[in-house]
Amino acid sequence: MYAFDYHRPTSLAAAAELMTNAEDGVYLAGGMTLIPTLKQRLAAPSDVIDLASVDGLSGIVRNDDTVTVGALTRHADVANSDAIPALAELAGNIGDAHVRNRGTIGGSVANADPAADYPAAIVALDATVRTNQRAIAGGDFFTGLFETALAEGEIVEAVDFRVPDSAAYEKFPNPASRYAVVGVMVARCNDAVCVGVTGAGASAFRVSALEEALSADFSPNAIDGVTLDDADFNTDLHASAEYRAHLVGVLTKRAVARLV
Amino acid sequence: MATENGIGASAKRKEDARFITGAGRYTDDINANGQSYAVFARSPHPRARILDIDRSSADAIAGVVAVFTGADLQAHGIGDLPCGWLVKSKDGSDMVQPPHPPLAIEHVNYVGEPYAIVIGETLEAARNGAEALQTDFEELPAVVDLASADTADQIHEAAPNNQCYDWELGDKAATDQAFEKAARTVSLDIVNNRLIPNAIEPRAALGEYDAAAGTYTLHTTSQNPHLERLVLAAFVNLAPEAKLRVISPDVGGGFGSKIFVYAEETAVIWAAGRLRRPVKWRAERSESFLADAHGRDHVTHAELALAEDGEFLGLRVKTRANMGAYLSTFASSVPTYLYGTLLAGQYKTPAIYVEVLSLFTNTSPVDAYRGAGRPEATYVVERLVETAARELNMDAADIRRRNFIQPGDFPYETPVALTYDIGDYEASLDKALAHADYAGFGTRKAASEEQGKKRGIGLSCYIEACGLAPSQVALSLGAGVGLFEVGEVRVDVTGSVTVVTGSHSHGQSHETTFAQIIADKLGIPFENVTVLHGDTGRSDYALGTYGSRSLAVGGSAIVKATDKIIAKGKKIAAHMLEASEDQVTFDEGSFKVADSNQSLTFGEVAFSAYVPANYPPDLEPGLSEKAFYDPPNFTYPAGAHICEVEIDPETGVVHIEQFVAVDDFGHIVNPMIVEGQVHGGLAQGIGQALLEHGVYDETGQLLSGSYMDYTMPRADDLPSFAVDTTTTPCTHNPLGVKGCGEAGAIGSTPAVINAITDALGVKEVSMPATPETVWRALRAVQG
Repeated sequence: MYAFDYHRPTSLAAAAELMTNAEDGVYLAGGMTLIPTLKQRLAAPSDVIDLASVDGLSGIVRNDDTVTVGALTRHADVANSDAIPALAELAGNIGDAHVRNRGTIGGSVANADPAADYPAAIVALDATVRTNQRAIAGGDFFTGLFETALAEGEIVEAVDFRVPDSAAYEKFPNPASRYAVVGVMVARCNDAVCVGVTGAGASAFRVSALEEALSADFSPNAIDGVTLDDADFNTDLHASAEYRAHLVGVLTKRAVARLV
Repeated sequence: MATENGIGASAKRKEDARFITGAGRYTDDINANGQSYAVFARSPHPRARILDIDRSSADAIAGVVAVFTGADLQAHGIGDLPCGWLVKSKDGSDMVQPPHPPLAIEHVNYVGEPYAIVIGETLEAARNGAEALQTDFEELPAVVDLASADTADQIHEAAPNNQCYDWELGDKAATDQAFEKAARTVSLDIVNNRLIPNAIEPRAALGEYDAAAGTYTLHTTSQNPHLERLVLAAFVNLAPEAKLRVISPDVGGGFGSKIFVYAEETAVIWAAGRLRRPVKWRAERSESFLADAHGRDHVTHAELALAEDGEFLGLRVKTRANMGAYLSTFASSVPTYLYGTLLAGQYKTPAIYVEVLSLFTNTSPVDAYRGAGRPEATYVVERLVETAARELNMDAADIRRRNFIQPGDFPYETPVALTYDIGDYEASLDKALAHADYAGFGTRKAASEEQGKKRGIGLSCYIEACGLAPSQVALSLGAGVGLFEVGEVRVDVTGSVTVVTGSHSHGQSHETTFAQIIADKLGIPFENVTVLHGDTGRSDYALGTYGSRSLAVGGSAIVKATDKIIAKGKKIAAHMLEASEDQVTFDEGSFKVADSNQSLTFGEVAFSAYVPANYPPDLEPGLSEKAFYDPPNFTYPAGAHICEVEIDPETGVVHIEQFVAVDDFGHIVNPMIVEGQVHGGLAQGIGQALLEHGVYDETGQLLSGSYMDYTMPRADDLPSFAVDTTTTPCTHNPLGVKGCGEAGAIGSTPAVINAITDALGVKEVSMPATPETVWRALRAVQG
């Protein structure tokens, strides 16, 4: 770890000000990615701004048709919440128990790992990512590999998820890291079907071809004729783009099968 | 068994209390006054020429104590790291052993190769210094692919065609003839995937130099501290053995990777002397991935000649073995004398011929890893036998029975230089088939098919050579050391016993097993026995632990020393009881005079030995004996493993439905510990088949260099194992034991792949059989 200045502000305003004044600052939430990165000397921030003492950033609140999850809410707390069962299931399979007890939703979405689980729900549940500056539509939030619409210094405060009529998340875990090789969330809201995919591409995305087929006929076999273009899919040690595209289909069917 | 916790009892492990309460004392737990910290500068390139190392920028960093390069070590007379086993090529020429300086001097040849040691007042300072080092490299094209390594760029000046050796074993003419007249032949092309050992404790070293005495002490994570000391003295030229002490305290796993004498430990102990202050180093996990010797990595073409009825007539094997960039300490022996010699398996194949072309590549050195050559041999034989059964439409168990060496055939001389002393292969197979309900497989397969799943079953009947090794045999085959073991039994005044063994426990629980032997033989409480190991300052020259040798060789040495204790005790008892020595017997802890009611306890005799009242001139006081045991033959553990899998055809995910392992380890001292060894071995063997893979990209960078990408087997990847034993006691050691440490990793791998290929209806699936690999294999057959 390289030396850095550590700060523990108690308000978002103070945190943002520290960031503005820092030469190369970084926010610390659960630290599940940042701390190992620092320990391996893969990052050398001048300032680490720990958000742990900022009040009001954690907790799960059920509204009329949305659920608000505070940015510093731990995965374990989401897993144990009954607000959205599919989201709880998703959170319950992130990493391992240690990660779930430290990692936060805000840290996860801001980090935008292409294989993280939450992004599938952000895009499938039409979420809104609320920051200290604005509200960003879930569909616009992830912009690329580890890239988001967040401006420099912008802090995620909470994520508002639309409460679906029903939803299911199917994950094909990486055998080594247990991140998602592919994760698919299928959600039904009124008459619309949303299919959110993580792990397959540079960032999470929705698959309109699958959504259309399922809107017409919500059954596993409805997507049999749909072929996915895997040109932009990831290829790595664990899965080729072609296999990932295949898994998107398989996992979508399995999610649908649980919902019919 | 009269003694509680004697031979045959599942005594609780003496070691566990300290291990599970965090009270173990590992190398990194030990600190010396004034200790400094070492960090190694490692090559980022798979192959490059070192043009210049500018250490001034590192020296300028606050807290940097010193920077030493390979040239510094060379200038101080530090020698190369040797390979301890000379293998000769077919044409009689010696293998090529390219120079292997502990720190690279002119060239680096794999990513992670150390070329400088930076020592700091703190670990942070040493790290900063290593990062600040300015090194100019001229990158050179890397040789990565084993299949084409012999026609690629030449890595070492001494090794044309990147060849280390081109070795053969067996009767080529007889084997070719067997193939010419055979009714059927079966062939298979297989790859034995590269594995990375991943002991839970990374390698570590603490080097100290006592300027007053001129002595060095190295605490390190070695499976054989005496070998480390021998190499440091005789090859590295650090100091005479008598001025060197190597201590391996608690060590957290080795699996072979801690047998070897590495660059880092060597540089650390040298630097401690040079700086006259202690130097500490502990590998980061990412360093372990790069700088611990890897395992396996073979490409093989194998053929079996058979009669129409399935009788094996000949076996022909051609293997390319990857040595990596340099010859590690025992690298040359692994794909030769620990591999070719095992190709007879459990079968009476009359003619066998094997050729091994061993090549250098720009990858981490490859050496012995749990099983060392024997898993590779078993994989060849058992994949080929299963393939033959399928191609001849024979039952997989029947074709094996047809060819087994029978109990009446022992001692059995194989066509590949070994003499098996004893075994009953059908007994293990029968027991395994019963455990697996082999007969009921068809019903289970039908049930899986109804669920849209594919089900398969695979067998593996392995043999291995353990108890390394008869010195005469090893030396005649090129070993640089004898492979006996030493054991010392020191009886204390009050009758408790301290055992000093040359074996080294890094998870095998010798403190328990060896105490059971002593308790049993001397009739004293198990609790009164303390076992010491892992210290060249405590035991005579010894050979350490690997090749499942600790009990068969180290345990035998202890038995031999214990027999001497009893003999001496009889002399003392005879004196005390005023009887003649030949009238004294020893049984269940008592010395008795025949035909009398006179007796002495072991403790009474021990006390007398140190309080020697009226001893005659020819009776020495003291009760402490030492013995060296050199085994007359290898031991031959063998067994039958059965794996049953169910495959999800949509994803290619393989689920192990059951795994049965029936092993013949001869007599067993502690069944619980043996079962634990089998479980661990199975996890590693199944890990190789399904999960683990050391992968380099085409440029020579290690892709699977962390736990994010290198898949270690976890509990949820494995079934609940069904483990059982059969027993044919080893005929040539006093305990009748064979060894159990590697069997799980040797027998299981082919059973898994045989089950998967059975389920898929394909001839071959490459390892690891990842979901995508299996999915593609299935798609290929389904068209």
